[in-house]
Amino acid sequence: MAAYMSAGRSENAFSTHDFVPEWAQEEVSTGTTIMAVEFDGGVVIGADSRTTTGAYIANRVTDKLTPIHDHIFCCRSGSAADTQAVADAVTYQLGFHSIELDEPPLVQTAANLFQQMCYRYREELMAGIIVAGWDKRRGGQVYTVPMGGMIVRQPMSVGGSGSSYIYGFMDSNYKPGMTKEECLHFCTQALALAMERDGSSGGVARLAAITEEGLERRVVLGHQLPKFSNT
Amino acid sequence: MCLQESLSNVSLYLMCLYLHFTHRYYVSSKTINKLIQVHDRIFCCIAGSLADAQAVTKAAKFQISFHSIQMESPPLVKAAASVLKELCYNNKEELQAGFITAGWDRKKGPQVYTVALGGMLLSQPFTIGGSGSTYIYGYADAKYKPDMSREECLQFATNALALAMGRDNVSGGVAHLVVITEEGVEHVVIPGDKLPKFHDE
Repeated sequence: MAAYMSAGRSENAFSTHDFVPEWAQEEVSTGTTIMAVEFDGGVVIGADSRTTTGAYIANRVTDKLTPIHDHIFCCRSGSAADTQAVADAVTYQLGFHSIELDEPPLVQTAANLFQQMCYRYREELMAGIIVAGWDKRRGGQVYTVPMGGMIVRQPMSVGGSGSSYIYGFMDSNYKPGMTKEECLHFCTQALALAMERDGSSGGVARLAAITEEGLERRVVLGHQLPKFSNT
Repeated sequence: MCLQESLSNVSLYLMCLYLHFTHRYYVSSKTINKLIQVHDRIFCCIAGSLADAQAVTKAAKFQISFHSIQMESPPLVKAAASVLKELCYNNKEELQAGFITAGWDRKKGPQVYTVALGGMLLSQPFTIGGSGSTYIYGYADAKYKPDMSREECLQFATNALALAMGRDNVSGGVAHLVVITEEGVEHVVIPGDKLPKFHDE
């Protein structure tokens, strides 16, 4: 369905939109939960799959894990339009850069391209992005570029509206030196917890593991998500 | 036995123990006790505007002790929670305070009630509240299991508080915990530097 983009925050004193539902006047948002974890040899990234326009779920099977290059992905949160536009622009820039260099680009380069765009247009954009991937120089890396346009490398990062609810879980359960399977399990649990509490996150949990060999994608359907006794 | 169940009681309390009283970005006090005793075996955790919370608990304490004298028996936890709820609901325009009422009574043993901002009253096996609680919903959902022992409850609450204090800029200082059982009430205080440390980035 075509996502409807309203004028945003303008006040319509005499609204001709009386018979249009409220959700059709809202901006499309990926209020969301995204995360990325480094491990020795690569990264694991994960996201939920809900896109909302107000209270309506515009897409319940969204893919928020966007490839930027062969071994570099980004996790998008915030305005769907803004993040798609920025990701497309960075994909182009990085592809061009990689051809010029005649070798695969660095994750740090991709992250910095995101950061430059997010910082320059910080007033107009609403985009929180996590860039993660693998390169030959530094292995698996996670860079977070939150709203405002700062950049910082972290061993693990969470973002989006659902992330607030899992900071405690993340702080207590993350340990450095996990294997790929442990990381995937950790991400699945964290996403499930966030999706349970955050109204803007839900659907299925999409995961991907990026290593030197390539990409491995997984989907954990709603009924397969881990359940916790209190919820 | 009562002891086991009362542990679920313990956790209630522990949940709201962050202790900073802030006026915008100024920390007025680092050692406030946000656990108010409203009767022998009933405590209240306060969150939100401290002035509002103190005013409400003062009025509630009076009403509960009056009710207890009239009934000639210790008040039910539900009754105490109800008193708070009435005050919050009837004054919802002016007030900005949330409460967790927990305690032990003879009829139902240990119980936890949450009284939200607008005056909703809800009974739950355990609950969390306050600004720092958003960061530990995931942790609490993952780690809570029913019928924990007293030590497990204390550990669960201490960990949860430590995690929340680590992330919320307006929570911190000292952690107050209270264990309420049929036998009595025990106060545990843990200074910030003695709280468990987790992997922090």
